[in-house]
Amino acid sequence: MTTCEDPSGFKQEDEFMDILEERRRSSDLGHALRTFTPSPYKGAPPLSAGALNRMVLESQYLRYVTKEVAMETGESVDLVREEASGILDEMSQNLQLGFIRLLGFTLSKVFKRLFSHININQEGLNRLQQAIQEFPVILMPNHRSYVDFLVLSYILFTYDLPIPVIAAGIPLMDMKMVGEILRRSGAFFIRRAIGSDKLYWAVLSEYVRTIVRTGYAPVEFYVEGLRSRTLKSLTPKLGMMHMVLEPFFKGEVYDITLVPISISYDRVLEESLLAHELLGVPKPRETTMGLLKARRVLEEDYGSMHVYFGMPLSVRQLTKGRVDRCEYNLLPRDLPQRPSVETQECVSWLAQQVIRVQEQSSILSPWSLMACLVLQDHQNTDPGEEQEKGLSWELLTQRTLWLKGLAISFGARLDWPEQLPENQVMASSIALHRYVIRCHQGRVTLLEEERPVGAAPFTTEEGVVRRARAVLMVAAYRNQALHVFIRPAMLALAIHTTHSSQREDIYSYFRFLLDLFSNDFIFITGRSSQDFEEACSLLRKCGAVQTSQQEVTSPEEGQRTTSFLRALLQPFIDAYQVVFRHLCLEDVEVFTERQMVPAVRSLATKLLLSGELTSCDALSSDTQKNVLSALLRLGAVTRLRTAEHSEFRANKPAISRLADTLAGRLPVQTAPNPRL
Amino acid sequence: MASNNNSSDRQRIAQQRLSRIAAHLHKHEHGNSGIIAKECKIDATGSTEENKGTVRRKRYRLSGMTLPRLQDWFENTFGASVKHKSPATPVLNASVVPPPRLNEAFVENLKATGIPFSNEAEDRVFRAHGHCLHEIFALREGKKFERIPDMVVWPNCHNDVVKIVELACKHNVCLIPYGGGTSALECPPEETRCIVSLDTSQMNRILWLDEQNLVAHIEAGIIGQGLERLLNESGYCTGHEPDSMEFTSLGGWVATRASGMKKNVYGNIEDLVIHIKAVTPRGVIEKSCQGPRMSTGPDIHHFILGSEGTLGVVTEVTMKIRPIPEYQKYGSVVFPNFEAGVACLREVAKQRCTPAPIRLMVPEVYTGSHPAHGPRGVHRLPSGSWSQRCTPAPIRLMDNKQFHFETNQAVRWLRTTDVAMSSPPIGKLLMYCPCCSRPTGYLSSHALKPQVSSIFTHFVEGLKKFYITKLKGFDPHQLVVATLLFEGDRERVLQHEKQVYDIAATFGGLAAGEDNGQRGYILTFVIAYLRDLGMDYCVVAESFETSVPWDRVLDLCQNVKERIIRECKERGVHQFQPLTSCRVTQTYDSGACIYFYFAFNYRGLADPVHTYEQVEHAAREEILANGGSLSHHHGVGKLRKEWMKDSISNVGVGMLKSVKDYVDPENIFGNRNLL
Repeated sequence: MTTCEDPSGFKQEDEFMDILEERRRSSDLGHALRTFTPSPYKGAPPLSAGALNRMVLESQYLRYVTKEVAMETGESVDLVREEASGILDEMSQNLQLGFIRLLGFTLSKVFKRLFSHININQEGLNRLQQAIQEFPVILMPNHRSYVDFLVLSYILFTYDLPIPVIAAGIPLMDMKMVGEILRRSGAFFIRRAIGSDKLYWAVLSEYVRTIVRTGYAPVEFYVEGLRSRTLKSLTPKLGMMHMVLEPFFKGEVYDITLVPISISYDRVLEESLLAHELLGVPKPRETTMGLLKARRVLEEDYGSMHVYFGMPLSVRQLTKGRVDRCEYNLLPRDLPQRPSVETQECVSWLAQQVIRVQEQSSILSPWSLMACLVLQDHQNTDPGEEQEKGLSWELLTQRTLWLKGLAISFGARLDWPEQLPENQVMASSIALHRYVIRCHQGRVTLLEEERPVGAAPFTTEEGVVRRARAVLMVAAYRNQALHVFIRPAMLALAIHTTHSSQREDIYSYFRFLLDLFSNDFIFITGRSSQDFEEACSLLRKCGAVQTSQQEVTSPEEGQRTTSFLRALLQPFIDAYQVVFRHLCLEDVEVFTERQMVPAVRSLATKLLLSGELTSCDALSSDTQKNVLSALLRLGAVTRLRTAEHSEFRANKPAISRLADTLAGRLPVQTAPNPRL
Repeated sequence: MASNNNSSDRQRIAQQRLSRIAAHLHKHEHGNSGIIAKECKIDATGSTEENKGTVRRKRYRLSGMTLPRLQDWFENTFGASVKHKSPATPVLNASVVPPPRLNEAFVENLKATGIPFSNEAEDRVFRAHGHCLHEIFALREGKKFERIPDMVVWPNCHNDVVKIVELACKHNVCLIPYGGGTSALECPPEETRCIVSLDTSQMNRILWLDEQNLVAHIEAGIIGQGLERLLNESGYCTGHEPDSMEFTSLGGWVATRASGMKKNVYGNIEDLVIHIKAVTPRGVIEKSCQGPRMSTGPDIHHFILGSEGTLGVVTEVTMKIRPIPEYQKYGSVVFPNFEAGVACLREVAKQRCTPAPIRLMVPEVYTGSHPAHGPRGVHRLPSGSWSQRCTPAPIRLMDNKQFHFETNQAVRWLRTTDVAMSSPPIGKLLMYCPCCSRPTGYLSSHALKPQVSSIFTHFVEGLKKFYITKLKGFDPHQLVVATLLFEGDRERVLQHEKQVYDIAATFGGLAAGEDNGQRGYILTFVIAYLRDLGMDYCVVAESFETSVPWDRVLDLCQNVKERIIRECKERGVHQFQPLTSCRVTQTYDSGACIYFYFAFNYRGLADPVHTYEQVEHAAREEILANGGSLSHHHGVGKLRKEWMKDSISNVGVGMLKSVKDYVDPENIFGNRNLL
């Protein structure tokens, strides 16, 4: 049970229910075979998967694109049509109740082994049930684990709600059997790199639109596009978003309901894989054998999982005044039409909004808070002094309790069992994560990967990677909590860096930070002044800033809070500076992403070894790519189109200007930002 | 047809008119038998009939009949109750009428011309409003008028109008043309000049009839029904039948770009007019000949058509006429749902099959009488000699709500009034409403059919209903009906009818008989009366329309209805869901005209008209967002001005403005409609 107080305005007590409790008491077979009669979207006539595919193939839109493609390529229309039909066969789902039942049975077994609880907010499900009957519903969960994939279908099946069709990446399809099982459980598969394949886009978008328009089933997709390796929200991908919203923009449905869903894990199944991937160890191909090998995973305890079904959002209400639906009046509705700039902005804004809601209603575990503190301590200690390593248990306890208070006052939703003594709560968190952290003789230390027996001793570079692996694993859990602190942290940093008390100066630096980091942290475009006010009010609440009309100051008493917040941002700032530094090197001229990542990594390793750099986030490829995107966005890097890979050219003066501004050596340029 | 210039006689006529509107204001009687539908609107045909001394015919078959089930329907649909009546203010209270601001010099000059005028309160109030909901509602509530005309003038001919407009320009007086008195009449409250209502009702003659070219030259003040009757006497018709034809004038049609339900055969007003004569502050505008089509730059008629009284007064119109069709046949088709109905209408519009080969006509002997002298010279043309499409004259698709209304109500009053069936026949002939299984009354047909055949027909129709709902499995809450009217020579009509029914069959439509078709046809006229009746029972209602491409018809209907229901809910219309209903009333090659009806019970609402307006505003926004037009034929007026820029672009508005600036720089025609 969590009491939450959202800055976004809705305050409510959410009763969480454990759906596994019932499964532990009654027969799984009975559960799987129960009568299943969900009430669908009101206007929706029952439609078979085959009929749906036929509708798509025969659509005016596809006919048009088929003809166009045939003209361009010189192939016959029939051939192109066949191709389209092939794409559709590869893509389409084949939802079958029998498989859902089979899946229900299997998942009951698996989930009971993996998780101690799967907590869901029943109120949210009730709201969802209402919403499903009124308008086409889009389920928008965050994506942190492969488990996300079917857990929603499982919950909806348990609660007698229509099973969604789910957008999945095509690698999943290539797994033997699993692909087919997923397909029959309602998954449809999307190729990763669609690029400019016009026909593929057309089939996909018509398929998605038809599902939404007919109310065939709720559509589930991950607005972040990918599974987040850092457990941080990712920049939303808008392609799918445009597809699901178009039926509303074109007036084919009265409204569309978006339901943000936050899935939070105490411990993520793939945690060790995540760090490996970030450090450049390639992701294993998704194969059925791999999955079977991962059975070892089933032996472990992963604590609880929380699924929070957010308030349904009406697209009609949210886009009111932002989108002029008349723009669709002058073209036949069945023809492809590029959305206007305003519509694109609005869709992007909507996606950001959904991510914000996901973040706000995600549930933090005590471990996330502890992870922040453990990492800060780790950053501050010199890797040389082996004996003094680690944080004392007492200090960690004391700090964690302080942080808990801060988090709650910042509106975090915390899963902290109040009935248990604090020590026990923390100890059980440590126990759950015993592969990365250990409490030994009153000191808490990070665990590093054991050297395989008989292998050569680690080189110093390997040692860095080894340590980084543990740090990045813990950092992932820290990242889960970042959304709570990010705005106040940026304010604290702004006050510190600008050495100014002038609101104006602080706000412009704050905006600079929002802009620079907007690939790492998701902010809502055009809301910077509200974000600033929000940060001010949160910090004022805990006594860390005082504000007046013109001034924002940070009093002595607030130092503990502000220095904690600044330290939270430090790894990101360090990482950005490392990348800036690399790009300003003389020998870097034109580069590809593939060249950049290892180069930055080796620079960071060197800096870590020299002690110049203390945080490992610079090693993470995810962060590096975010820096690159940010630079592209800010115009400090330009993309040169070439055949195979995109090449980039660094604008060194612009990058060093950014670096200096970030470090406070240069005032924020008030010159109009090209993006604003 | 002579009119006199005696001003006391004028006042008598005005008095008569007022007493009629007062009847409209009086509360209606009700008893166990139901509500009596009165002829509650102003007399459409005006003085013409009275002067002729003819016995006034009943306007529609509805007149004076009792509607036994109507009260139930009101109660069930809106939760309206006889106990909650909202009686209208019975008499006009002089205190609510602002005193006239007269322009003395103008009055003096006008007197010299001998054109009758009045500044009596009743005359002025009468011309201060149209038939829009807020106007009627304000009248009923006896609200204070903000701004009404300061005087009324009755020109008798084109030259009178020229004189009046000249005087108005000379003395800077604001003129508001008044034709049928249904719309575009509200005075701008900010107008400080003297406002003169220019009532064209005395200009109601057919000046000549040209049977060679099949055109008639008509004064613009004539009311639709009067015009039709006069033409019928000569064996002709215009074929222009807007739903409001009992109230609206020819000049009004031109000024608002009116559309008639038989436009598929005859065309809309812009297709019907050959020549327009209008008086503007700059002078008279007209073309020099009556060529059927001209390439002389943009058609100047189109500045007048739809100008809504902002440029001048239409005084005379030359209009196409047609021989009265030899044979008329109603028809109706029941569809399993609205989607199927729309698809069928679209197909019918698509298959505008080529007309039967145009027969080369050998002119019959011309009898020599001058067309203007009367009907003697009529020679009947073989009908079908003009291009005829496969589309029935009117084809209209009602949605399920209207179907219910019809089966529950309209059907019944027609039946009960059927003299032939006044003694209840044996119970076997009881017909059940397909929706609620309540007996809906005895099967009967309209009064013209012989009794024997009617009993038989109705038995058959009852079986049909059973067949539709039980055997064909139509869901009574989904099924919709399309009404048809075929006109032409008998052979062609039958062939044509078959064609349409064949198309309907491919969309799952079942022919549902002539009666239903005729009922639907008459229902159209009844709806306006029902609105005014509803007000007695705390129900406000109004209709609005749009035109939209075919591919958007279904979505537009669905979204607009949904929007209305939601907006009502937000504004506190809780007790009963509002009634929203729509019908496709016109079909075009590329789209259709859609009519929405919307009504709700306003008990508990502080300002129902305001609520209504807010909802209609939202509904209009929804229409525009769904690709519908601002208006198909109701025009813009003041209500929809705000959307003009978006509708016709800034340049478009600029063009219209510059025309207005040239034609009427002093804003003499200052009703401030349109722009």
